[in-house]
Amino acid sequence: MVKQEQEIASRPDNTAFTQQRLPAWQPMLSAGIVIPGFVLIGLAFIGIGVALFVTSQSITVMELDYTGVERTSPCFRCSDPNVKNCVCQLDFSIASLFKGPVFFYYGLTNYFQNYRRYGVSKDDDQLSGDLDSFTSPSDTCSPYEYDSNNKPIVPCGSVANSMFNDTFKLYQIVNGTKKQVPFDGKGIAWWTDYNVKYRNPSVTPLRDAFNGTVKPLFWPRPAYELDPSDPANNGFINQDFLVWMRRAALPDFRKLYRRITEGDYAQGLPAGNYSLEIAYNYPVLSFDGRKKVVLSNVSWMGGKNEFLGIAYLVIGSLCIVMSIIMLIVYAKFKFPEEE
Amino acid sequence: FMYLILLGVDERRVDSRTIYVGHRACSATEAFIPAKFCDNRIVSSKYTVWNFLPKNLFEQFRRIANFYFLIIFLVQVIVDTPTSPVTSGLPLFFVITVTAIKQGYEDWLRHKADNEVNKYPVTVLENGCRIRKESEKIKVGDVVEVEEDETFPCDLILLQSSRDDGTCFVTTASLDGESNHKVRRNDLESLYAAIECEQPQPDLYNVSVCTAQLLTKLSDLLMGLCRSLGPENLLLKGATLKNTQKICGVAVYTGMETKMALNYQGKSQKRSAVEKSINAFLLVYLCILVSKALVCTTLKYVWQSEPGQDEPWYNEKTQREKDTNRYLKMFTDFLSFMVLFNFIIPVSMYVTVEMQKFLGSFFITWDKDFFDPEIKEGALVNTSDLNEELGQVEYVFTDKTGTLTQNNMEFIECCIDGFQYKYRDASSELDGFCVTDGPVSKLQQKAGREKEELFLRALCLCHTVQVKESTEQGVDGEVIHPPQEQRGFIASSPDEVALVKGAMRYGFTFLGLESKSMKILNRNNDIELYELLHVLNFDPVRRRMSVIVRSKSGDTLLFCKGADSSIFPRVRQEEVERIRMNVERNATGYRTLCVAYKILSAEEYAQADAGLREARLALQDREERLMTVYNQVETGMSLIGATAVEDRLQEEAAETMEALQGAGIKVWVLTGDKMETAKSTCYACRLFQRNTELLELTVRTLEDGQPSREQRLHDLLVEYHKKAVQDAPPVKAGVTRSWSSAGHDYGFIIDGATLSMVLNSSSESNSNSYKNLFLQICQNCTSVLCCRMAPLQKAQIVKLVKNSKGSPITLSIGDGANDVSMILEAHVGIGIKGKEGRQAVRNSDYAIPKLKHLKKLLLAHGHLYYVRIAHLVQYFFYKNLCFILPQFLYQFFCGYSQQPLYDAAYLTMYNICFTSMPILAYSLLEQHICMEVLLDNAPLYREIAKNAMLRWGPFVYWTFLGVFHGLLFFFGVRFLFSNPALQDNGQVFGNWSYGTIVFTVLVFTVTLKLALDTRHWTWINHFVIWGSLAFYVFFSFFWGGIIWPFLRQQRLYFVFANMLSSVSAWLVIILLILLSLLPEILLVVFRKPRGPHARQVQLNHTQTHTHTHTHTLILSAPLFSSCL
Repeated sequence: MVKQEQEIASRPDNTAFTQQRLPAWQPMLSAGIVIPGFVLIGLAFIGIGVALFVTSQSITVMELDYTGVERTSPCFRCSDPNVKNCVCQLDFSIASLFKGPVFFYYGLTNYFQNYRRYGVSKDDDQLSGDLDSFTSPSDTCSPYEYDSNNKPIVPCGSVANSMFNDTFKLYQIVNGTKKQVPFDGKGIAWWTDYNVKYRNPSVTPLRDAFNGTVKPLFWPRPAYELDPSDPANNGFINQDFLVWMRRAALPDFRKLYRRITEGDYAQGLPAGNYSLEIAYNYPVLSFDGRKKVVLSNVSWMGGKNEFLGIAYLVIGSLCIVMSIIMLIVYAKFKFPEEE
Repeated sequence: FMYLILLGVDERRVDSRTIYVGHRACSATEAFIPAKFCDNRIVSSKYTVWNFLPKNLFEQFRRIANFYFLIIFLVQVIVDTPTSPVTSGLPLFFVITVTAIKQGYEDWLRHKADNEVNKYPVTVLENGCRIRKESEKIKVGDVVEVEEDETFPCDLILLQSSRDDGTCFVTTASLDGESNHKVRRNDLESLYAAIECEQPQPDLYNVSVCTAQLLTKLSDLLMGLCRSLGPENLLLKGATLKNTQKICGVAVYTGMETKMALNYQGKSQKRSAVEKSINAFLLVYLCILVSKALVCTTLKYVWQSEPGQDEPWYNEKTQREKDTNRYLKMFTDFLSFMVLFNFIIPVSMYVTVEMQKFLGSFFITWDKDFFDPEIKEGALVNTSDLNEELGQVEYVFTDKTGTLTQNNMEFIECCIDGFQYKYRDASSELDGFCVTDGPVSKLQQKAGREKEELFLRALCLCHTVQVKESTEQGVDGEVIHPPQEQRGFIASSPDEVALVKGAMRYGFTFLGLESKSMKILNRNNDIELYELLHVLNFDPVRRRMSVIVRSKSGDTLLFCKGADSSIFPRVRQEEVERIRMNVERNATGYRTLCVAYKILSAEEYAQADAGLREARLALQDREERLMTVYNQVETGMSLIGATAVEDRLQEEAAETMEALQGAGIKVWVLTGDKMETAKSTCYACRLFQRNTELLELTVRTLEDGQPSREQRLHDLLVEYHKKAVQDAPPVKAGVTRSWSSAGHDYGFIIDGATLSMVLNSSSESNSNSYKNLFLQICQNCTSVLCCRMAPLQKAQIVKLVKNSKGSPITLSIGDGANDVSMILEAHVGIGIKGKEGRQAVRNSDYAIPKLKHLKKLLLAHGHLYYVRIAHLVQYFFYKNLCFILPQFLYQFFCGYSQQPLYDAAYLTMYNICFTSMPILAYSLLEQHICMEVLLDNAPLYREIAKNAMLRWGPFVYWTFLGVFHGLLFFFGVRFLFSNPALQDNGQVFGNWSYGTIVFTVLVFTVTLKLALDTRHWTWINHFVIWGSLAFYVFFSFFWGGIIWPFLRQQRLYFVFANMLSSVSAWLVIILLILLSLLPEILLVVFRKPRGPHARQVQLNHTQTHTHTHTHTLILSAPLFSSCL
């Protein structure tokens, strides 16, 4: 300790830092700055709020529940878990032009895709095309790691296994005849998921890579046959698969199924009667879930969401009110620092 | 026969030890194995290189927080938990490492200090040869040679001295702070001796150390000749040899068994009040954590009991899960939730607090205002744990001598026969009086020459001073005689020396005492001889001392000097008035003594002589008898004059004390000194003002009248209590305590003897009530003076106050070893790098060169440190609460499955990287009020008194804020996600996007919240605040921009980038940040302006805030916020 004293025996450094005298800016949020600031923020918020609100109002949304809980529902028949390959048809009409591009979502409720064990039950190595993981999937995939014959499941895990497998076909009833509305299945998943994160093994044909593996138990077809119409949309980069693999944040969610951008419907769905043909496969009643389809167009802010617009309006007005109150206080009592 | 003796010794080994001088045991005892004593090594370090790691780890994990994190880590390793062990292991590792490095460094410093002491070379006589040895190698029984001005390396029994009379002088300044010289005697001549003494005991004062049995020679041994040794034969380690060329002594206690070491062990770890607050808050958060986990676990099982929820088809359980016992599963679920929410208790807070303290303490060392050019040293920080405690001090206990005063008595003036003489300049007017025109002598008047000379003779004769023999060493830095003086004096009281020196300056020099006669060199350079007949010693009750001398001419004279109150009644009244005025004028600030004399007639002397002799020989009641005779003799004197001696105050002592009192700190002076001296110092320091009413509780007041001391004590206590406590206007507790008692000031004076009566009263019930009365009186007095205190009593007082109601924070400041006990006892101990050794500095928490530095240390540094750390603590809890609350809320939306809301990287990095640097910078640099303003406005110190920023109020506010923010973050995003299609291409966001949006809002909000609180933006603040935010954005891009090969799941791949491509996400982030900060902004607007520009306002404010009603409305907000 004596040594230490000797070391510091020399006079301490006389620098701004050591003497705690660094030049400093001392913010003075005086009323003179804050009141105009509040007014500005308030106005800006109200502006944004109005824009958001108007935009949100302009978005058309149509939701159709097809779970088939009620007896009257056309899909009631299909909701029985013992009925296989059931197809039901939902009719609806559109009163005025449903402006395009229209996005076709499917929605599930009370479905916990954000369940932790469910969420970790996949093998990202496998999904990025690593063939070693095909033969020995990660143990996180349990209980969908191996089938009863001890063959590896590819893609393994709960998430992949429970992939949504209802399919939809939309028809416009034009003069009593069904005219299929063309769906665009591209670009429904994140670009990076499709192009970088998920990779098929570089084996051609793709099905050879899956030799010695089995398809997920719940799946009707193996991964390499997910989209028979488009060979580039198979395996792990199947867009529907990618959409499903991006787990929803909340138990009531919707996922993008198709876009309606082509042909006669590029401008939107014209007014008229429509029929939705559903291949009803996905069981949800066992956990009291609901299934629905959502038709919606989007704007710059995404889908319809009134919350943002209202919140902005409220906060904006709050700022204005606060600035008025402050102004009154200010005018009445004169803030001391303004003297 | 001898065998029997030794057997006896052996049996008694437990409470005594036998030492053979020079290890020369008698031949017969050779079979007897010498007892093993410890070596002379002083060990204050805790670790060695080998045991550092295990011991340090063990000690660190004894801290509850660390242990808790270890448990969490282990749980994560063992149980299937939502987050990987890395998330808590990494921060824990970081914390442990940083702390270990810090403690290792501190221990290394202690090792260095120990080595300095242990390797000090000493001379040991072995078989007649002088051998230089390192101090640590001294063994018990070694004969050690010590030269003048060296300190004794261990406790020694004096064997031989270079002085003829076999005595030596020592100063025990570094042991008990008394700088006067004490005589030690040797009674041993032979080196063939065995000493038997009791086993080491710590009691420094009750030095009945050696109930020693001495066996001088071999033959003596056989004859059983013993000599007893007492404390006057023992030389204690730490004392310094003075006025003696060299001595030899035999080591009896060494190393850790020396009196000094035994006294100074037990330097216990001090913990600051802030740390206690942290622990309390921690407990609250632990409760929150456990209840959160319990709620989630319960709800999980409630929820799962509904059909279909436990195991939906899409989420089948694994075989192992199905097999696990249900209750075990519940338990592991509970643990998992604990792990998930454990971030609410901030691991990194400890490391940040440690770093803040460690780095922050450098500002004290670096402060050039603490640099003293005289000793060429600045402040020293021994413990960085107590920085913030400096801002919380409520009681300052200060030593007087050497702390308040320079312990440098100086003769200021005298008054002879009513005429005032002021000594002006030492060198120029050595041979003449300088008469000042004081109020007494308006004309240049002088008293008669005869009177002058009588007065000066009295000064020269009436004392017990000894002349220091000139030694080869020449001038030494003695405390009591400045080096410029040619002649050194030694006395038990420094003011006696000052008087003798004062007389010397006026031409009368005391030459010394030779064979019962005192030699004086008078103005005419003639030597006068006086035969010293009797010394009537000073005692605190009489408060005077006298000498009876016989002059050459045969007159028998009595000279008496003493306090005015004790002299005035004993002299002729007509003389009193002339001098009284002078005395009273000097009474504040100087120590005044009156000098009187009387010529004794032959009969009178004969009578007195007989009386004194008889009384001295009396076996019973000697003290009382002596006193009676003294009182008889000291009557009917005539007053010749008065002296004023000043114990010079330390620089700016009065200003410092005033500032401390202005800051609401109570100053108690604890001194070993006499009451008069101490009182005058108190006046000089403005601790006592002229209008201060003094309540005195001393031996003197107890002696007055009443039959029993106990009774008198009781009466006085009750009376004072009534005066100071009951009749005092009701004082609001807290900040304005002593401020408002300006109406009537009380000062309290107590002395050591009375204090021990108060504390150790005979009956148990009395003792407690006395203690309470005493404390209450003291707490209502502006200043308290405790004089005649033994070091342990000082500590007792500190302890008493420390443990009193409200457990106020105490600070002790002192410079001598006698202050060590109170320095160690108080919450904060401050050592002054004074002249009296280094013990105080070594045992202190902080050491400063001068008393005046205390002001800045407390008012500026302490205040800022407290505000910084308090904010740091509150902010840390806040930011972790709003960090974890969304994660908790998310459980309600994910089936209580312990799904983390944030990615593991975010969980780990949040506290380490994203939000740690701004708060660290804040806690090091913040000056919410700039230093100058703090120093100028002492009352600002009251604003943070009583741990104001870490009380439950502010804590609840911060917690509320955290909850508010957490709710806002989560539900704001929740409403946004009611439609997860947030991009203009219709694509949807998943759970990681959800978490990332919440996290982004979180990081920005808590950082901007800190930015709002920052009142002092240096470039460092700008750098770390904006840098942290930039780093977060950069990191998120980076983390999400690459497929990391070591990660099993690429959860965040492009999540952040995608989020930024969504306008809605942007808008919600902005909205939530603004909404969270809105209340804060409003508070800041209404907050009191501060900073250099605010200084004027500040002053205006203090003046106006009572009379303008209008302000109160606006100020209600600032007053609220200022303690947040």
